Amino acid sequence: MIEFFRKLFAPEQSGATARERLRLVLLSDHLSLAPDVVESLRADLIAVISKYVEVDEANCDVSFEQQDRAVAVLANIPILAMRSRTPPSSPPGAPPASPPHSPDPPPSMGDPIGAAYAVADGGESGGSAAVAPPPSPAPRKRRRRRRASGNPAPAPG
Amino acid sequence: MRELQEDPAPGSSSAPRRRGRAIVVTSGKGGVGKTTTTANLGTALALTGAAVALIDADVGLRNLDIVLGLEARVRNHVLDVLEGRVTLDDALVTDKRVPTLRLLAAAQTREKDDVDTEAMRALVDSLRDRFDYVLIDCPAGIEKGFTNAIVGADEAIIVCTPEVAAVRDADRVVGLLGNRTSIKLIVNRLRPDLVRRGKMLSVDDVNAILRLPLLGVIADEPGVIISTNKGEPLVLDDASATGAAYRAIAGRIAGTDTSTPEIPLPPTLFQKLGSFFGGRR
Repeated sequence: MIEFFRKLFAPEQSGATARERLRLVLLSDHLSLAPDVVESLRADLIAVISKYVEVDEANCDVSFEQQDRAVAVLANIPILAMRSRTPPSSPPGAPPASPPHSPDPPPSMGDPIGAAYAVADGGESGGSAAVAPPPSPAPRKRRRRRRASGNPAPAPG
Repeated sequence: MRELQEDPAPGSSSAPRRRGRAIVVTSGKGGVGKTTTTANLGTALALTGAAVALIDADVGLRNLDIVLGLEARVRNHVLDVLEGRVTLDDALVTDKRVPTLRLLAAAQTREKDDVDTEAMRALVDSLRDRFDYVLIDCPAGIEKGFTNAIVGADEAIIVCTPEVAAVRDADRVVGLLGNRTSIKLIVNRLRPDLVRRGKMLSVDDVNAILRLPLLGVIADEPGVIISTNKGEPLVLDDASATGAAYRAIAGRIAGTDTSTPEIPLPPTLFQKLGSFFGGRR
């Protein structure tokens, strides 16, 4: 009964759902078509993390993956050792003081991009050179990173 | 009938050399209305007296002849021409109703990979010398059939329905078309009533992604199916709103219509009653 009234007064706007799905799928498509962007993002990410810990650069893996409501940056960066100069108060996985952004969205992406999630992995498993596990959200430390017009909520337009 | 006497037999080698426009009608996704669009735009352009050749590039799945109602007249097809078995004039089918319209049908029993890309380019090129417009009906997909369909065209019309999959595929195809002189958009099968209720992507939603000049919007209506059943393009029906929309698009292609495309509105109660009592069959 309640369901009935809910549907009566707030009918499902599947057009908005379509818009949101379209935005995400195209973001993902365009990223996979722009490998140079992925490559420079990877290099920048490794550079930043290397400031704090010694990473196994040969086995780093950075990729984009579409999840339920966002496209995520998945980074699997195995750590070999801590740097002697430990950064004071930042716990592993916390954003560095000035987060470096991959400069601009690639020109092929016409639309402003919504939020992307950066998933930092391997913070506690020092020395693990494991291959990228399938993305399981639970054990990963996840931080949000705002991009150009980044509002993670599925806002229209 | 004026064209019958005055037109210098379009497509015949005696016609003066023209430099027609070669336009590919494409979409990426199948079933969005490329063939219907090609048939209607070709017919509409030919109705204005222009010499128009339609090429069905969907080798193996020939459909354009059906939509035009010309299936009984097709004797030879595009591969017969490309492989030198018949001349171009032998393969071009003249339309039943509009004498300046010609169809070059696809081969039904062959495959898209049988078509040589460079031969296709040369074929379109030679047709451009004899016709004002060469419209190429592109198959779905982005494989060889697509490559062959776009190779001779320097303009493209993207047909897209207001659906996530269609927009995604159209976006991909726009990327593959590269720098054609012109890529324009037709939004097909819009349901204005659903858009108004927030249950369908709007024309603006579609074009916020594709960002192409809009040639026109075609509403989803039963008349399209009825016309396909009969093999009579809707542009031949003066009473059809969809036919008028296609004629307007043809006018925009030709440059004679500079009005902004109209977005169809939901039917009024009066129109609904009208179709309830006197639906066309």
